[in-house]
Amino acid sequence: MMSQATMSRYVIQVENLDVFYGEKQALDKIQMSIEENTVVALIGPSGCGKSTFLRALNRMNDMIPSVRINGAITMHDENIYDKSIDVEMLRKEVGMVFQAPNPFPKSIYDNVAYGPRVHGEKNRKVLDEIVERSLRQAALWDEVKDRLKDRATGLSGGQQQRLCIARTLAVEPEIILMDEPTSALDPISTAKIEELIQELKRKFTIIIVTHNMQQAARISDRTAFFLSGELVEEDQTDHLFSNPHDQRTEDYITGRFG
Amino acid sequence: MKNHSLATLGRFRRKRTLGRVWESMIPKFLLACALVSVLTTLGIVGTLLKETISFFTKVSLFDYITGTKWTALFNEAQQSFGVLPLIAGTLLVTGIAALVAIPIGLASAIYLSEYANPKVRKVVKPILEVLAGVPTIVYGFFALTFITPLLRTILPDMGVFNAVSAGIVVGIMIIPLIASLSEDAMSAVPRSIREAAYAMGCTKLEVALKVVVPAALSGIIASFVLGLSRAIGETMIVTIAAGATPRMTLDPTDSIQTMTSFIVQAATGDHSFGSIAYGAIYAVGMTLFIFTLLMNLLAQYISRRFKEEY
Ligand SMILES: Nc1ncnc2c1ncn2[C@@H]1O[C@H](COP(=O)(O)OP(=O)(O)OP(=O)(O)O)[C@@H](O)[C@H]1O
Ligand SMILES: [Mg+2]
Repeated sequence: MMSQATMSRYVIQVENLDVFYGEKQALDKIQMSIEENTVVALIGPSGCGKSTFLRALNRMNDMIPSVRINGAITMHDENIYDKSIDVEMLRKEVGMVFQAPNPFPKSIYDNVAYGPRVHGEKNRKVLDEIVERSLRQAALWDEVKDRLKDRATGLSGGQQQRLCIARTLAVEPEIILMDEPTSALDPISTAKIEELIQELKRKFTIIIVTHNMQQAARISDRTAFFLSGELVEEDQTDHLFSNPHDQRTEDYITGRFG
Repeated sequence: MKNHSLATLGRFRRKRTLGRVWESMIPKFLLACALVSVLTTLGIVGTLLKETISFFTKVSLFDYITGTKWTALFNEAQQSFGVLPLIAGTLLVTGIAALVAIPIGLASAIYLSEYANPKVRKVVKPILEVLAGVPTIVYGFFALTFITPLLRTILPDMGVFNAVSAGIVVGIMIIPLIASLSEDAMSAVPRSIREAAYAMGCTKLEVALKVVVPAALSGIIASFVLGLSRAIGETMIVTIAAGATPRMTLDPTDSIQTMTSFIVQAATGDHSFGSIAYGAIYAVGMTLFIFTLLMNLLAQYISRRFKEEY
């Protein structure tokens, strides 16, 4: 579906995206372009539409019956809302990590092997390799390599979240969406995941929602500020924080509201 | 100071009013109500035990457990008390019921929990629960007057009374139970786990079969066991539709007799108090009780042992 030879340097181009929940408009004419191998942070007060935007990118919003979407999201010059798009294939390319760690009630190994298995990989050796590689990429391998058969729900919260990242990596996506992945974690686990994101950026494009502006400043290349369904400003992270163009952005990042 | 505080406290001192007496009696009353059912159960088990023991002073336990001929209601010279034919009949009907109820019950649960939109579920679930409340005699007549004639159009040689018709209808009877309990177990699987699977590119069917069903497996299996324990104890349908011919057979088109329908037959016939045939009712009752008790313990064990922590 997604050809390697790409014409534009953008992996994702969002054009005039509107999202409605029933009558309520959650996103209004969003325009954004995202380059390959960057980390983009989405910030903004609660309810401004960050999660809605993120979930538009892998069409998770489709599962809510009342949702209506206008506009286009182009990945590698294909509109992902086109009728011909295979949503499962899209989600394989656009992985997602959620706010609260949500491992399957299975073993550590089976969690990571789950995606490849569903997509048809049966060879035990290949699966072993995928599991090890994904766990290494998620900086979890050393902690769990001796207990791959243990239940994933027995891991700490931070380990569970890294397991969820490994599980996402195992499907070999191109883009990874993260919705406040550290908001349920302690500072040490958070630091580990931030470090991990820096590593992952070399191979993946990462879009991350965060309520923590220091986090956005630390890990992202670009930052987008949302307010009541609008994309107010999107810029290089250091510019946006040091020299915001819009008054509302300045008010938000200086803590005057939100 | 001291006086003052005592005076204040006095205002909170209890006064023995009528209301208070009444209030203190309520827990005792409720306890008495609870005891009624506990004592009744103990009484039943006690009677069952006493009569069963007295039965086994006249009939050897070994012959009872290993015998393949059950003629308890014949005259004394021809009486034989091998319970295996009754157990075989019971298991045959239960097996057929399982073949019907487990796939259909599980499929209904998957549909309700994963596919049906909330409006459909709101209508269908109560209907299922109403079905679970249909008197079993209605199911019995359904078996005899609808399923059996229907089956006899395919198998003209089959008798009016047969295990398969009763088994199918017992299965139909326990579908709502299995569907409803399995659906409860599947709905208890957190949405976040489903989302994780969808976000990896799983289809709805993959999410249902490879995430939700395994995650809810303990509850689902417990629902099977409970359903089958009801099938074992089911009385009316088998009495009406399966016949009264104790027989060691695996042929579902045969007429058979289950433990429950023997008890009905014996209890509605006239056998003098204290006769061996009378004692046989209790022995079979005890056997049945042990079966269903074990099934229920198994269901509890499964749902506890394999309980998922999400
Ligand atoms: N399933 C839904 N049905 C109806 N309205 C919804 C639904 N999900 C979100 N909304 C509404 O859409 C708007 C945007 O919600 P969204 O979850 O995208 O916000 P958010 O920026 O992620 O907020 P938070 O920081 O609290 O996670 C909110 O007003 C919210 O109430
Ligand atoms: Mg959100």
